[in-house]
Amino acid sequence: MIKIEHMSKSYGPYPAVIDVSFEVLKGEIVGFLGPNGAGKTTTMRVVTGFTPPTTGDVTVGGYNVVSHSLDARRHIGYLPETVPLYLDMTVSEYLSYMGSIRGMNKKWVKERLPKVIDMVRLGDYRNTLVGRLSKGYRQRTGIAQAILHEPDVLIMDEPTIGIDPIQVVETRELISELGQEHTMLLSSHILPEVSAICQRVLVINDGRIVADDKPDELSTKLQHAERIEVSVREVESSAFINSMRDIPAVIDARTDQRAAIQQRASREGFVPFIVDARPNLQSAETIARTVVENGWGLSNLTPLPMTLEEIFLELTTEEDLGE
Amino acid sequence: MGYITIIAGKELRTYFASPMAYVVSAAFLAITGFFFVASVSDAFAEASIRGYLAGAVFFMIFMSPALTMRLLAEEQKLGTLELLLTSPLREFEIVVGKFLAAYAMTLIMLVLSLYFVIVLFVYGDPDVGPLLSGLLGLALYAMATLAVGLFASALSSNQIVGLVVGSGILTALTIIDFVSDRVSGTASEVLDAIQLGASFSVFDLDSFGVAEGGHFADFARGIISLTDVAYYFSITAVFLLLTVLVLEARRWR
Repeated sequence: MIKIEHMSKSYGPYPAVIDVSFEVLKGEIVGFLGPNGAGKTTTMRVVTGFTPPTTGDVTVGGYNVVSHSLDARRHIGYLPETVPLYLDMTVSEYLSYMGSIRGMNKKWVKERLPKVIDMVRLGDYRNTLVGRLSKGYRQRTGIAQAILHEPDVLIMDEPTIGIDPIQVVETRELISELGQEHTMLLSSHILPEVSAICQRVLVINDGRIVADDKPDELSTKLQHAERIEVSVREVESSAFINSMRDIPAVIDARTDQRAAIQQRASREGFVPFIVDARPNLQSAETIARTVVENGWGLSNLTPLPMTLEEIFLELTTEEDLGE
Repeated sequence: MGYITIIAGKELRTYFASPMAYVVSAAFLAITGFFFVASVSDAFAEASIRGYLAGAVFFMIFMSPALTMRLLAEEQKLGTLELLLTSPLREFEIVVGKFLAAYAMTLIMLVLSLYFVIVLFVYGDPDVGPLLSGLLGLALYAMATLAVGLFASALSSNQIVGLVVGSGILTALTIIDFVSDRVSGTASEVLDAIQLGASFSVFDLDSFGVAEGGHFADFARGIISLTDVAYYFSITAVFLLLTVLVLEARRWR
């Protein structure tokens, strides 16, 4: 459905995407993973016809996005990164308007609108002004406008960014449901999110595709370490770090500066630490046992999901971690 | 045509859903009313709408950009332009749709202000020719000023910038005779030819907009000349085209 051949895009002298080629087949859900500024949004803007590529060819549903832009755009539902909404319209007014400029006639909108509103669970808010909605509900409204006209291809730029964790889970479920009937290209900078939803993952960095794989394989390839957040009370930082380093599975331990600054744990005398360990060695268990044996108070022990930035960091510092 | 109507309809509804339409209409009626009353209050006043026309021509320099400033600037600010430009819409459909909404809004205001004409017929015996030509001229003049305003709105995501740039261009086109008076030959003729409406004359302050100079004076006097009609259509076409080009250029950034 989406075919990109040797596409490059520069803003003036600055290259944003360099010689990218990939294909998304009908019915496939492809995750587009990369740190901020890697070229995800630019690639998506080219595919949706918002901005033309500097060189290379991009087709959607067989239509070139430059020479047959209108035909290509008819096949696309798009949710940009900053959900674009008219704040002074109600949810159903907004959705009807978006439907009509996508070429839906009144009858079609009338039939389709209640279904979509149900699908994104906006039923109670259909007559609420968009400007009064919370961020999560705005996100749903954004998703609703993208799927309203039953497009073949769905393009979603960071659909779960900036909404609260419960709504993130709901949004992911919704996206997975949508993936059953749409071809989808979805960008994210969170690996587990992509693993949960997508059948295939493209990793982009500095404007180039650096990996194209199934999520499990990618994770095993990338995940050489497990990261665990531990908060411990009544302990000397150095004593804790040393005892952690004595555990064979542990690669490194340090105080969590970020959490300490936020005073998330230190308020009640808890000191937050970050422990990096080799995977699949029950390191969390071992850490817990060590803490308890030493008589320290344990308040929190959480395996952290690795964000892509950390994976990149890990890839570049792999040897240090391995030692 | 379908998409143009959809966009125009949405924008027109937005005008009436916000205080904008009411505030601007009230200001327009108040200012033109003031000019009208001033022009017919003398002992031997002429039963004409010249005063009203002068007020309208003056006020539209600010009113038209105020009506259009939101239309494209806000789409850029909210990011909704990205949705419009990735929908199967052509740029000119967006631009013309929005322009028509602003024009419909302005025509509604002009219709509201027609009670001046009724007053004239009740208390006097106005000459119908100049009255009709004056109203036609005003409708054409409004069209041109709105196109300039819409162009200014496309330039940035800031509505105030749109207002200032739009009013600036319209003011410059109006007082261009300040410059043409100081040059001679072809340059002077060219500058006079692009003058929007008459600027004020220091000798006759009442005559603003309807005095000599610019393409509006003849309409006020009862003359419909092809040059003047073509001029207002040209300004409209040129600025709408420029607006489309600005939107297209946005894609390449």
